[in-house]
Amino acid sequence: MSDSPPEPIDLADCPLPIAPHDTIQMGHGAGGRMTQSLISRLFRWAFDNEALNKLDDMAVVPLDGSKLSVSTDSFVVDPIFFPGGDIGELAVYGTVNDVAMAGARPVYLTAAFIIEEGLPLTDLTRVVISMRDAARRCDVTIITGDTKVVPKGKGDKLFITTTGIGVVTHPHTISGSNLQPGDKIILSGSIAEHGMAVLSKREGMRFEIPVESDAANLHPLVCPLVRTFGAGIHAMRDATRGGVAAVLNEFAAGSKVGIRIQEQAIPILPAVASACGMLGLDPLYVANEGKMLLSVAADRADQILTMMRAHPLGKNAAIIGDVVAGSAGLVSMQTLLGSWRIVDVPLSEQLPRIC
Amino acid sequence: MKFLAEYRDPKVAHRLLDEIRSAVTRPWVIMEICGGQTHAIVRNGIDELLPTEIELVHGPGCPVCVTSLELIEKAQAIASIPDLIFVSFGDMLRVPGGRKDLLTVRSEGADIRAVYSPLEALKIAKEHPDRQVVFFAVGFETTAPNTAMLVAQAAREGVGNLSLLVSHVLVPPAMTALLDSPRNRVQAYLAAGHVCTVMGWQQYEPIARKYSVPIIVTGFEPLDLLSGILSAVRQLEAGDANVENRYARMVSREGNRTAQQQVGEVFEICDRAWRGIGVIPRSGLRLREKYQAFDAERRFAAIDLQVAESPDCISGVILQGLKKPAECPHFGKRCTPSIPLGATMVSSEGACAAYYLYHRSQPRVKD
Repeated sequence: MSDSPPEPIDLADCPLPIAPHDTIQMGHGAGGRMTQSLISRLFRWAFDNEALNKLDDMAVVPLDGSKLSVSTDSFVVDPIFFPGGDIGELAVYGTVNDVAMAGARPVYLTAAFIIEEGLPLTDLTRVVISMRDAARRCDVTIITGDTKVVPKGKGDKLFITTTGIGVVTHPHTISGSNLQPGDKIILSGSIAEHGMAVLSKREGMRFEIPVESDAANLHPLVCPLVRTFGAGIHAMRDATRGGVAAVLNEFAAGSKVGIRIQEQAIPILPAVASACGMLGLDPLYVANEGKMLLSVAADRADQILTMMRAHPLGKNAAIIGDVVAGSAGLVSMQTLLGSWRIVDVPLSEQLPRIC
Repeated sequence: MKFLAEYRDPKVAHRLLDEIRSAVTRPWVIMEICGGQTHAIVRNGIDELLPTEIELVHGPGCPVCVTSLELIEKAQAIASIPDLIFVSFGDMLRVPGGRKDLLTVRSEGADIRAVYSPLEALKIAKEHPDRQVVFFAVGFETTAPNTAMLVAQAAREGVGNLSLLVSHVLVPPAMTALLDSPRNRVQAYLAAGHVCTVMGWQQYEPIARKYSVPIIVTGFEPLDLLSGILSAVRQLEAGDANVENRYARMVSREGNRTAQQQVGEVFEICDRAWRGIGVIPRSGLRLREKYQAFDAERRFAAIDLQVAESPDCISGVILQGLKKPAECPHFGKRCTPSIPLGATMVSSEGACAAYYLYHRSQPRVKD
């Protein structure tokens, strides 16, 4: 590996200096337009390669005759314990789900811990046990890791980075760049629960929302779908940071198609809808940790939906819209009243640090 | 918690729309005061479903939008003081000042915290007794009681390291200022339901009488908005000009007396500059003499300010209902929520932001 400084020509070519901000803002990490801009203008520009340029949450790469699905994710959620889960469980499920979204079987995980000086050992133990149990449930092995401690005030309790590796045994292309006009869009269940559960535990929130995080391992839901329907599944993505709106916009942009959804078809618990209303949040933008969106061939959509609904993780699955040619990159929604509006990319932080 | 589905029922909505269509015989201009209503209207596409005779114009009821540039700059200057903790509602952080916003100030090292409730500022002040804590008190009559509670409680507990940068504004003076303008187009108001939960609707009666405008107290769900519009149209067509309460599940004529008393105890009425509009007499709240110790403008008086509004932003005209966001040449081009020229493109209540988010181009939705 070379440690030589970048050539001056590199810096001159770097497109970032024309960005509106000359320092990193919270919004650059929020999964919306600012994040997209940072990724495409800096990381994609610098690292440019075929696997990365698909901009899926995981990369599918060939290795010695087999195909691997690889994903990495950092978890900085605040608070580290919340209704229905904690940062450790999230760090396992989040990465396992990203690996699984290629239709892969997740096999191995690595885990790196950045720990703030002063963190109670009991808290760390609780998190690690929760990771162990989550990994067992996902049937993955945590095979290596790293530990760093930073001085008090230089971190926020605990940050975890996990990398997942899975095996792809099917020949199909399942990617956010593979949506086809005519596809049906399926959502696996009710939305916005993780984000609202975490928010309800934030310091200063004065009401309890009777909702738990939906954090879950999606592989058991995905695996039989891919095995049974294979080529009928064109894209899958778990709707985490940025919510359903972010994924739909990534799909539409990645495949240069339009997506139309129906507001009345979107499953949401009444208590979650009310809480979002009170706080002025649009549930389409609120994070989930156990929900996914699929784009599937129209002639298989009903069968796929039936299979999903038979599984506990997909019992509230619904077809929420379809894919159209033209209006590339545009996601629109028919409101409850029958009019149409845009569902835009989230701009920046709606809620800070919930995954 | 009240569930919302019953105020979003599409069948009832279409019945109301039918009634509006059959009531209307000629063009009318109706202004919804509150930015929350503007967002709900555009998000639900209500403006597109109305008959073409009815034009909705969007009012100045977005506290983030109307907070004066001078106060935004002052906030940034105070927030930049070393070791100080600046506490604000999240929306204020992205409002552009002359050169930058509070988020930028935060990324430069300032300790700026977003909260949902003013009382969190008290908690922060007590947790950090050795640091100055300043709360940016922004909002209409709806949030003023919470700010008043913060001040009263801090005074009772003798919390000396807390102060407030007060930018509270009042709705009725802005409504009369718009009606007094020679360029006024507004023929009926949808009054802001949340404000009325605190203040009631008594104070609108003299306005309706003096200016002959119907004023309908209106909520924020699709059915609330449609029934407010229907009442306005019926009154306009009949030549009436009454105050009518279409948000009765939340609003009474007298409002919340306790909250009003709390506000009166801590604040007094003052003239206030509205961003994009100018000074409106008796349209703001400031701390009473008794609570001057909590005034951040006094505590941090020696701050040098240079204030210059972007010459290209027409938010003042938009906040008066004289132009629509899409009529601005910079809308969606030089001015977007990522790089706003003015406050109306920022807030979750700003009219330009609503149009940008939900209406930017007409989706091609037909098969």
